[in-house]
Amino acid sequence: MDVKSGLMYTKDHEWVKEVSDNVVRIGITDFAQDQLGDVVFVELPELNTRVNKGEAFSVVESVKAASDVYSPVTGTIVAVNTELEENPELINESPYDRGWIVEVKLDELDFSDLMTAKEYESYLKEV
Amino acid sequence: MPYIPHTTAEQQEMLAALGMTQIADLFVDIAENLRLKQPLNLPAPLAEHELVRYMRQIAKKNINLDDYVSFLGAGAYDHIIPAVITHLTSRGEFLTAYTPYQAEISQGVLQAIFEFQTLIANLTNMEVANASMYDGATALAEAALMACNVTGRHKVAAAANLDPDWLEVLSTYLENQDIEVIKIGYHPITGLIDQAALSTTLNQELACMLVGQPNFFGGLEDVEPIARWIKAGGGLLVMAVDPISLGILKAPGEYGADIAVGDAGCLGNPTSFGGPSVGFFAVNGSKLVRKMPGRIVGQTTDKNGKIGYVLTLQTREQHIRREKATSNICTNQALNALAATIYLALLGKQGVKQVAYQCVQKTAYMRSQLLDAGFRVRFTAPVFKEFVLQADLDWDKVNDYLLEHGFLGGFPLKYVDVQLADSVLIAVTEARTKAEIDQFVELLRRCR
Repeated sequence: MDVKSGLMYTKDHEWVKEVSDNVVRIGITDFAQDQLGDVVFVELPELNTRVNKGEAFSVVESVKAASDVYSPVTGTIVAVNTELEENPELINESPYDRGWIVEVKLDELDFSDLMTAKEYESYLKEV
Repeated sequence: MPYIPHTTAEQQEMLAALGMTQIADLFVDIAENLRLKQPLNLPAPLAEHELVRYMRQIAKKNINLDDYVSFLGAGAYDHIIPAVITHLTSRGEFLTAYTPYQAEISQGVLQAIFEFQTLIANLTNMEVANASMYDGATALAEAALMACNVTGRHKVAAAANLDPDWLEVLSTYLENQDIEVIKIGYHPITGLIDQAALSTTLNQELACMLVGQPNFFGGLEDVEPIARWIKAGGGLLVMAVDPISLGILKAPGEYGADIAVGDAGCLGNPTSFGGPSVGFFAVNGSKLVRKMPGRIVGQTTDKNGKIGYVLTLQTREQHIRREKATSNICTNQALNALAATIYLALLGKQGVKQVAYQCVQKTAYMRSQLLDAGFRVRFTAPVFKEFVLQADLDWDKVNDYLLEHGFLGGFPLKYVDVQLADSVLIAVTEARTKAEIDQFVELLRRCR
């Protein structure tokens, strides 16, 4: 399973990447997409909506399940990957790159709960 | 599935597998003093022919629409049911109440449901219809739940002139969900939704507006300003419609409705005791499809390129999405929906139009005859197949009198609103003849 270095990870299998000051990009990991199977639909949030850490902001629907995506951070949604509306399979094909889901402008810079790539790799061995 | 009772030998075999010797051992966990020691107090068994005779005698006490002429509506209507419908729905291959388990094995049932969806979508002018709901009332309640789910809001507005039973089902569905229902009153003269009440109601927090077309009093609403009002606040327009009326009236899709619901019992299904009926549920907009309750049958092709039918978009449903699903309905009213499908296919566009046209014409004739006879109509709005008649009469007594003469009278509105104690709701379908209407008017005239 591919774990990309330089990103931060959650126990719910989301990844977080700093893209600019106070703005992070969020998606689901290679492990998560593999567990879900073929993704057929992604329910995207509206721009400028508030997200709270631990709350669901999106739903990724595969042929076998509909799973909530939980926000690893608190802030405001400033970008949405609308390409997923037409091509939800990008989540399977390119989970860390073209399959990103949203960008969030953070209320405060706090990544203390997130794992490093290395930590996530060992976490995956446990699950 | 055949009914095969298990034999004593089989019972012993099962008990042995459980390490027990007698059936009573299964109930050891129930306290001794709570167990029934003697046989149930039931009459002696009857032989088959005795039982049939007994049941027939009981059934004779029922008043039925073969022997009586009905002007009763209020949700269940005496429309003509072509004989072919019962013939086809009684076939063993179709005779199942729900979507079958292992649905894809029953391709014929799935095809029929797919056709039901297509017909409903065409009739309502909506993009997608589901495999059906229990009835119109639950379809309406599910529409309100869905609107809350889609908008993230917790308030719904409902026209106070919707069917009172439907409104009751609505509050049953919503009262434990932390959703507030705001009733929009109706105008005392027209009986239509009070447009002035709309302008004083805040639309910003509303998930949807539920409108009946026609309303419970049979009146035809001016939907356009209502649609503009709810949409201006970001809410959804939910229309509850009589499917037969769509033969001549503007369809929900043309009003810009987001959700169209209704009761399809009037399409080829008997009224029985007010049920079982079948509801329909249709939406516009691909985003809404993902939040739609109920099952959806889709058409696809198998590996050999042949057309096949499958349950589709199942991840919306409760058995996969669990508590996050919009609804917990995981079935439909397959047999009643089948009757509706055959009805619509049999009548076709022209047929439904004719039925609707006759309803309007006969209702108008009845109304004018009653006005000539000195009666008043309670509301001034134009109507479809039902209207409210007003007179200082005890309508229960009038109905008793009518019944003696072979007629089922209208629905006394005192049962739903004390303000309307002098009023009765009368339905006239295409099944009524001029002679029946004339006779009914004459009987009512004698009651004055």
